[in-house]
Amino acid sequence: MTDWIRPTSLAEAVDARRDHPDYLVLAGGTDVMVGAIDRPAPIGVIDIFGLPELCVCEHDDEGRLRLGAGMSYAHLLGDARVAAAAPALVESAREIGALQIQARGTLGGNLGTCSPVGDTLPVLLALDAEIELRGPDGTRWLPVDDFCTGYRTTALAADELIVSVRLPVDSSSREQVWRKVGTRRAQSISKVMLCASTHRRDDGRLADVRIGLGAIAARPLRARATEAVLEGALPDGPLAARAAQAVLNDIAPIDDVRSRADYRRATTARLIRRWVLHLAQTSTTTNTGS
Amino acid sequence: MKLRFRLNDEDKELDVEPFRRLLDVLREDLHLTGSKEGCGEGECGACTVLIDGAPVNSCLVPVAQLDGHDIRTIEGLARQGTDGEVLLDEVQQALVSFGGTQCGICTPGIALCASAALTREPNADRARLRELLAGNLCRCTGYQLIIDALVDAASTRRGNSKR
Repeated sequence: MTDWIRPTSLAEAVDARRDHPDYLVLAGGTDVMVGAIDRPAPIGVIDIFGLPELCVCEHDDEGRLRLGAGMSYAHLLGDARVAAAAPALVESAREIGALQIQARGTLGGNLGTCSPVGDTLPVLLALDAEIELRGPDGTRWLPVDDFCTGYRTTALAADELIVSVRLPVDSSSREQVWRKVGTRRAQSISKVMLCASTHRRDDGRLADVRIGLGAIAARPLRARATEAVLEGALPDGPLAARAAQAVLNDIAPIDDVRSRADYRRATTARLIRRWVLHLAQTSTTTNTGS
Repeated sequence: MKLRFRLNDEDKELDVEPFRRLLDVLREDLHLTGSKEGCGEGECGACTVLIDGAPVNSCLVPVAQLDGHDIRTIEGLARQGTDGEVLLDEVQQALVSFGGTQCGICTPGIALCASAALTREPNADRARLRELLAGNLCRCTGYQLIIDALVDAASTRRGNSKR
């Protein structure tokens, strides 16, 4: 029979993880229970679903919003602080599954699975979120880009737990956009996802541009080549075209049951182009064309 | 593993393999076969039950996670009147009146999900109801009669709450 450990505190959970690195860490189960009936049951489970310390949502002393890894998508959707700091995160959560999945699926679970189609991951990349990991030796923070290491692999050590996600203080002042392309708004697994965020300088030029993409490579990733094209530039039609071209160097999509590589390339380019055109149209600075 | 939980307003104790799916324990051990298995992977909503009032896919919940919680299945959605008669939930009654059902496999999940959704969002309109029910697939009806029924149930509930 599966050994079932239900810690009542984070400290207990960390101890359990240290003592049983081979046990399954389980939150809402929406990923790990898919197909579980066809696999042998795990030898043990560390059940952290609903652990209060993992469900906190609070600003730290420096004003950064810290989201507990155990927060469900329903939690994220219902919290005004999340809506203020990261509207793109709320939008992504709204399109994950439907009510049933949103009630159980968690932010930490999306990170832990680190699927290329994990819907919150492009958002966390575009906001440059940091992930709090806790093990027997204490806490470390990793940028989400370093946390995701490959196809469903992460930097999480066998004795660590994902504790929280921290959003930089400037998140709420960023212009954020979220776009998911799939067969249906609800319940569908993405063909392509884009989350982009930027500041604008007083002269209208883009500053500190960050683009997170999903379903277009083995792991969710930052579109660094595209960011470089956009950084410091004034959004207009030609820039949109150049960015749409650049993004093809950032991605490595595959053919699979949900889409084809060429469709994913064309769609990613279009999402980038439309975002830059949107920025051009919503520019508050008069473009003198100089 | 010994579990204690509340099931359809009754206290339950169960000694089960903790990693088994809630759906299987409901159907096989507790003989509550109203919850159906459609896809078995959280896509179709036919296995929807309410945990602490929230709709969830019981095919994705290991039964150990019920411990200490309150579960409602389709068998517990209707209430009993003072004379022992069955009082259907407004959503159930509307599904009957409008014919919002055909083969019936999706119906328990739809009734539970809609009932819970309307408790939280009594003013949900037709468009919002479609969104709230997006996790419940129906292969027979084309959804129109289901949504018609739910719009009616919402209005009935609002009327009842004013009395």
